[in-house]
Amino acid sequence: MRVYDLPDAKGHFGPYGGVFVSETLISALDELKAAYARYKDDPAFVAEYEYELKHYVGRPSPVYHARRWSEHFGGAQVYLKREDLNHTGAHKINNVIGQALLARHLGKPRVIAETGAGQHGVATATIAARYGMECVVYMGSEDVKRQAQNVYRMKLLGATVVPVESGSKTLKDALNEAMRDWVTNVEHTFYIIGTVAGPHPYPMMVRDFQAVIGREAREQVSAMTGGRQPDAVLACVGGGSNAIGIFHEFIPDESVRLIGVEAAGHGLETGKHAATLCAGRAGVLHGNRTYLLQDDNGQIIETHSISAGLDYPGVGPEHAWLKDSGRAEYVAVTDNEALEAFHKLCRLEGIIPALESSHALAYAAKIAPRMRKDQILLVNLSGRGDKDMHTVAEKSGIQF
Amino acid sequence: MHALVAGGADIVEMGVPFSDPMADGPVIQRSSERALKYGVTLRDVIGWVAEFRKTNTETPVVLFGYANPIETMGVETFAKAAKAAGADGALVVDYPPEEAEQLVTTLGAAGLDTVFLLSPTTSDARLAQVAALGRGYLYYVSLKGVTGAANIDVADVAQRLARIRSHTKLPVGVGFGIRDGETARSIAQVADAIVIGSRLVQEIESAPEDAVSRAQAFMADIRTAMDRDIQGHPPRGLPSGRAA
Repeated sequence: MRVYDLPDAKGHFGPYGGVFVSETLISALDELKAAYARYKDDPAFVAEYEYELKHYVGRPSPVYHARRWSEHFGGAQVYLKREDLNHTGAHKINNVIGQALLARHLGKPRVIAETGAGQHGVATATIAARYGMECVVYMGSEDVKRQAQNVYRMKLLGATVVPVESGSKTLKDALNEAMRDWVTNVEHTFYIIGTVAGPHPYPMMVRDFQAVIGREAREQVSAMTGGRQPDAVLACVGGGSNAIGIFHEFIPDESVRLIGVEAAGHGLETGKHAATLCAGRAGVLHGNRTYLLQDDNGQIIETHSISAGLDYPGVGPEHAWLKDSGRAEYVAVTDNEALEAFHKLCRLEGIIPALESSHALAYAAKIAPRMRKDQILLVNLSGRGDKDMHTVAEKSGIQF
Repeated sequence: MHALVAGGADIVEMGVPFSDPMADGPVIQRSSERALKYGVTLRDVIGWVAEFRKTNTETPVVLFGYANPIETMGVETFAKAAKAAGADGALVVDYPPEEAEQLVTTLGAAGLDTVFLLSPTTSDARLAQVAALGRGYLYYVSLKGVTGAANIDVADVAQRLARIRSHTKLPVGVGFGIRDGETARSIAQVADAIVIGSRLVQEIESAPEDAVSRAQAFMADIRTAMDRDIQGHPPRGLPSGRAA
C-alpha cells in the first residue's frame, strides 16, 4: 500500500487544483482553510458531525447485494452502496452537514449554494432549516424550468431560489453567481459548495466529508464476503463528489480498480456530452486547474446529459490527478445506456435509482458479464430516482 | 480606444471576453456575452491592440481577463503575441500571486508587466508578496464584491492606500465603484490613478450606435472633474488618469 496524502499545502493534486480566484476572495478562503484545519480533527466537532450523520441522515447506509441483477449478467456479483437511502435521497447531505456545522462555528447566519439538478440545493435548504439559517440557492434559469419540483422543495424548506440568467443559464453559471454573492457578503455568509471542485480547500474538504461512504463500504463488503475487498469500485462522475467519497478509502489499495463513469450524453462523437475527463483538456475554471470541456479559444462549452447532476463542464481536480496518475480509470456511457440500466434495476431489484447513479450501473452492466462469478463489483448508488420521474416518463412518451 | 484617449484616458485596459467571468458584475458579464456571440477571441483582441498602435504609440495598453483563454493559447505564445502587438502588460483576474510565478516570469521575459489586484481584505503579509511580484502598477479594488458595485468610501480608500504604499513604490490605481466625475475627483486626490470599467461599458451598452462619441464625452467629463484640482501639481508615479 502506498501512502496517499494529497493535496499539498497549497491545494495541489499534482498539476491540478490550487487557488485560481480574484484577490477579493483570498481572505475568505484563508478564513475557511483556517476554520477547517481547526475543526476537522476537533473531537467535539467530529462527534457532532457523526451524531448528525447517524440520527438525522440515517447512516450508515447499507450495502446491498443485488442478487437478481447479478444473476441476470451471469458474471460478477454486484453490491450497491445505498446512498439513495439517506435523508433527502442522495449522498449530497454528508457534505452539506459538515460545511453547515463549520458555518455555525464561524458564526455565519447565512448559507448560499449553487445547484444544477437541485439535489445539493435541497440538501442545503434542509440543513439550513434544521439549523435555523438563512439560505439562498443559485440555480440556472434553464434548470429552474427543468427541475420545478426540486425548486418547490427548496421553497417549502424556507430557502430563496435565485434563477441565474447569465451565460448558459445552467450549473456553471449558478456557481459563478454564488461566488459573486460570497465575495460581496462574505462577513456573514458561508458558501456551501456541493462538489469536489472550486478553489482549495473545497475539493479536499468536500472529499473528507464524503469519504464516510468508502470507509463504511469497505467494512460492509468485507463483513458480507468473508473479508474480501471489491475487485472494482464504480461511481458516476459529474463534479465527482460521490465518486471521490467512495474511492478515497480504496486509493492506497491498488488491487481495487477504481472506475469513474461520465455522461456520454448522445455519444462522445456527437459533441453533445458531459464527459470532461474522457474528452476534455486541462484548463482553469471555478477556482481550480482541472480537465474542462472547452473550445479552441479556451471558452467553456455547454454540456449535455440526461441527468442534470452530471451536466457540468469541469470535474474535481483530484479526479484529474487520479486519471493522469493511472490510479483510476474514467469511462463514459450514453443517455440510452443509463436509461436501460435504470429500468433494469427498477424491475429486477425494486430500486429506482437516480439517473446520475444509473450511469455507474450501466458500466457495471457492461463489465459484469465478462467477469467471474466470484468477483465483486461495488457500485455507489449515489441517489434515488424520484426526482427523475418526469424525465424518464417523457423519454417513454408518457405525460403526467 | 482612440476616442477614450481623446477623452482623456492615460492608460487603456482592454478586456478579453471569457465565458465565465466569475469576478464581474452584470454589466461586464453582458459585454463578455456580446463579444463571445460575435466570436471575439484573445487573438482578435491582440490584433486590435496592434491596430491601435498604428496611430498611437504612447498610451499604455493592458490586457485584462481570465486565465483560461491565455492558458489555451499558451502563456509564452500569448506573451510574445501581446508584446509584438504593442501591449504593455496583462492583468489576469484569476491568477493570484500564489499561482502566477510562471506568468510573471514569462511576461517579464517578453517585456510585459504583470498587474495584480489588491483588495480591502488583503493582509499585510500578502501586500508584501503582491508588491514584490507586481510590475507596472497595482490595482486596488476598493470594494468587496464584483465589478460595477455601488458606493465608495474615500476616507477608507485613503487609509488603505497609505498602508499599501508602505509596501511598494509602484503606482496604485483605484477601481470598483467609481461612477461619475465627483467620485473620480475625490479618489484621484488620494490615488495615482482611477480605473473605470463598468460605468463606461454601460455608457456604450445604452447606445451602441453612438458608442464612440458617448464614450469620449463620458471620459471628457471625468477628466474635467479630475483636472479641476490639478493646477500644475506633478502627479506621483503615474499621471492622474484612468483606464477603460
